[in-house]
Amino acid sequence: MNFETELALGNFYIPECGKCMKVVWPPSEFCNHCFGEVLLKKKIFEGKIIEFSRKDDEYFCLVEFEKEVRVMVKTPNIPKIGQIVKILRCGISNGNYFFHVI
Amino acid sequence: MKKIGIIAYGITPFTKDDQKIESSLLKSTKNLFENNPQINRGDIDAVLVSTNNNSKYLSPILSEMIDIQPKIAHSIESLCNSGTNSIVSAYSYIASGLADMVLISGAERYDSPGHILEWDNSRGEYKHPIFWASIFTKSYKRQFSISDVDLAVVPVKNHKQAKENPNAMSNKTYSIQDVLESKKLTEDIRLLDCSRPCTGSASVILASEEIARENNYESTWITGIGQKTTSAGFTKNISLSSMESTKLAGRAALKMANRTISDIDVAEIHDAFSVCEPIALESLGFSNLGNGINMVKDLYETNNFKINPRGGLIGSGHPLGATGIAQTIEITQQIQSKAGNRQVDDVNVGLVHNMSAAATSSTVLILEK
Repeated sequence: MNFETELALGNFYIPECGKCMKVVWPPSEFCNHCFGEVLLKKKIFEGKIIEFSRKDDEYFCLVEFEKEVRVMVKTPNIPKIGQIVKILRCGISNGNYFFHVI
Repeated sequence: MKKIGIIAYGITPFTKDDQKIESSLLKSTKNLFENNPQINRGDIDAVLVSTNNNSKYLSPILSEMIDIQPKIAHSIESLCNSGTNSIVSAYSYIASGLADMVLISGAERYDSPGHILEWDNSRGEYKHPIFWASIFTKSYKRQFSISDVDLAVVPVKNHKQAKENPNAMSNKTYSIQDVLESKKLTEDIRLLDCSRPCTGSASVILASEEIARENNYESTWITGIGQKTTSAGFTKNISLSSMESTKLAGRAALKMANRTISDIDVAEIHDAFSVCEPIALESLGFSNLGNGINMVKDLYETNNFKINPRGGLIGSGHPLGATGIAQTIEITQQIQSKAGNRQVDDVNVGLVHNMSAAATSSTVLILEK
């Protein structure tokens, strides 16, 4: 399984080292600690809003997943700091990752 | 450690001109040699080019355009702090004995590819710098109960100071109201909160103390260098209301120079966006956490040019590869009492703060008489 192949299919997995179990984020082929092979074991569903702002009518937020993986996401609703959000859609568009939460 | 100084500088106006990167590099280098005819070009044994431009082999090209054949010639890229990274590399070449005199020339075009870090997919679809700046701004305002009106004093001050800088892109002053009424890019960032991409070039020559004294070159000494890279990705920043890399680089530079922050008479701060100036001032120790904006207000109200005398990135424009070098030239001019209407009184020690990619990497230099 490859992180980007899965993300393109709408599956957001935690990239984790198969040797030392460290979460490797941003995703990479090899662990940045022990150079072990990075595996995709656990799918991500929920995260916590760390900070947010708004462009036009869209909110963009910094969301933390599994206490280690932080990404910028889009949400249609007014966000709150600390709010738990669920992945609605994710993928790759024009070479950029995208994550929509609700 | 050898003593190493800045013995010459040259700069171009920062504009929106559409010109080739090679032409831009040549213009600030030409300005440098025209202002310093006593320097023998043949003595330069390294040429470093600072840019994010995609053109190749720029250092050998610049060398050929100025008719020299240096031992060392290559480019250096590190997004927005390419300029000070190049100065640090030049310093290292001289300190190691590999070179005695190094020309550093930085240039960028307004359409530089260095504005977007494509690799950082953790930013999702929000790769433009206004998005990390919006997150920093929101977090800083929230943590310290600071308003948009408070922050607007940063561009008001820096545009006012840029009016005294003949090379600055901005030649207008703005009120707090102008800033608040400028185009809203996000909920937290307005157009006048942003430094603007532009075309520009800046060059300096560094030399060993031996060469500087032998030839009686007026020198401004680099006494402190601090650098820190905490990550490449914006989302690895643990704090969104302080700059860890700046804090660590600042401490290291002051320690090397055997100085404290209270010794600094003038400073160039990397105000890529309004919020960056107070956060950097706090991270460097100029003020307590949450008080950086009060320091900016006091400076503005007392017409004190101590911070960003040339107008910062917001007032001067931000040609990435040239910015750190232009900041260093400003502090050199301040120390040599050659800053014209921008001159701060009694400058002996100055500081340059230059950073990249949402403060994931910072360079701090200390310059002295």
